[in-house]
Amino acid sequence: MSGRDDPRRTRLHEIAHARAGDKGNRSSISLIPYQPEAYPLLLEQVTEQRVLEMFSHKGATRVKRYALPNLPALNFVIEDALQGGVNAALNLDQHGKTLSSLLLELPVTAPRRLMRHPER
Amino acid sequence: MADSSVHIGCGAGFSGDRVDAAGPVVQTLRRRDGPRYLIFETLAERTLALAQKHRRADPGHGYSPFLEAYLQPVLRDCLESGIRIVSNFGAANPAAAASRIAAIASEQGCPGIRIGVVEGDDLLDVLTEDEVRRFPTIEGLEIGDAPLVAANAYLGARPIAEALAMGADVVVTGRCTDPALVLGPLVHEFGWAEDDWDRLASGTMAGHLLECGAQVTGAYYADPGYKDVPDLARVGFPVAEIRSDGAITMSKADDTGGLVSSGTVKEQLLYEIHDPARYLTADVVLDITGVSVEEVGPDQVRLTGARGWPRPETLKATVSVDGGWMGEAELSYAGPNALARARLAVDVLRQRCRELGTNTPVRFDILGTVSVHDGDSGAAAAAAGPAPDGDYRVRVASRGHDRAVVERINQELMSLYCSGPAAGGGFRQSVTDQIHTASILVERDKVAPRVRLVGTAG
Repeated sequence: MSGRDDPRRTRLHEIAHARAGDKGNRSSISLIPYQPEAYPLLLEQVTEQRVLEMFSHKGATRVKRYALPNLPALNFVIEDALQGGVNAALNLDQHGKTLSSLLLELPVTAPRRLMRHPER
Repeated sequence: MADSSVHIGCGAGFSGDRVDAAGPVVQTLRRRDGPRYLIFETLAERTLALAQKHRRADPGHGYSPFLEAYLQPVLRDCLESGIRIVSNFGAANPAAAASRIAAIASEQGCPGIRIGVVEGDDLLDVLTEDEVRRFPTIEGLEIGDAPLVAANAYLGARPIAEALAMGADVVVTGRCTDPALVLGPLVHEFGWAEDDWDRLASGTMAGHLLECGAQVTGAYYADPGYKDVPDLARVGFPVAEIRSDGAITMSKADDTGGLVSSGTVKEQLLYEIHDPARYLTADVVLDITGVSVEEVGPDQVRLTGARGWPRPETLKATVSVDGGWMGEAELSYAGPNALARARLAVDVLRQRCRELGTNTPVRFDILGTVSVHDGDSGAAAAAAGPAPDGDYRVRVASRGHDRAVVERINQELMSLYCSGPAAGGGFRQSVTDQIHTASILVERDKVAPRVRLVGTAG
């Protein structure tokens, strides 16, 4: 067996991409798998609770996850993650545009065949 | 019978976008058949507030400072080939923008231009400041008693469609929803009814995809080795074909760089959407949960399946108030043991700011460790273990209504030149005035859009 189906520890960045936007003190981050077959894995592993933990040091208080099985994709709306947003944030990135990359640091377990670089 | 199509390109996705992007879009539109439109979206919340300040200082100003830079390269081509232009670069003063556009047209030897002016978004024309303050806010801060800078409702697509029906070559608006710049032309061309929710939703989706310019054509997407985008420096801006049944084919300007793929389109489709079943606009509530995205050719992506629901009873409006001052200052430490020196600099600054006795919010960063991903306490940066040697930049940021305090905090960092750890250099600082915004919901009957046609005789 080549092991392409064996689960491996990796980061979300290997299996999905993301874009962040803002409204007030609320961050909205999409999460789109490179391969549609990775969608069930995202549903299972990228939970509201895990995302909230990941953003808690930034002050996040609540995470709502929206599912779009047709695309497929997920959309996360994270409350109070922008340290006040454009009105109040002292963070260099007041809009939280870089937070898509923070989400993509989340550790996940995935078979190599779903990774952007399965050979690594 | 074949469905008819409208072609719409975007020449700018925000105030400050590239001024040479529209040229290739116009050349591409010229090669297409059927009704063709070029939009420029240049009006962020703060852009409009600044424009209101400019208008108050000079009644002939208050439109987009980029209007000329965007229009001059393409206006003549558009007028000659029947490509109609729709933009919110009227900002706080669409009438003054229209005068300037007419002047540019004359200068370019194109008299007879008809300019549609959409007004009525300014709530302070119809409500007192106190009435505006009484609305509960839905996003952002409370309005409080700070001086109001601006209060503008988001108009929808109907006034734009009306201006086009009057024969406008160029339609200039103030605040309207960004997708309305696209939905307006579609309503005009296809005659979509006010309750044709699914088609209005499709047109809104097209507008949502186009209004951020190159964000749908490979820009803001590239991640080398993961999401590669060819020739990003020459990224082409988007051109969409929208059919009367609402189907959209997204592509980009011919002979440019960039990429239109299912990936680029999906990222922009979800951008700032929040609840994908309920994206609220002035014209319709858009539901994208059933949308299909399909690559149908090189740099061609087809979207179908937008659903629409009856428009909200109220219009959203943005209220801007004076937000005091923000100070930012930076100083570099590099080479052997640089991180320890940068951390010592932050410790010194922290103590100095504490001793100032101000309650102004202050934040410290060491750029090169964790910064934008960190919280205000700096916990993630403290926990990180980057190399002790490196190239680090200490940053201090503060906000307050007392400019002197904000300046003083910046100056505390500057003082580390002579009074801080070894070998700090490259000090830079800024103090900028801030505008805070809040959103309110306003009854539709409070807002009366006005549409008129102006232009030079010809």
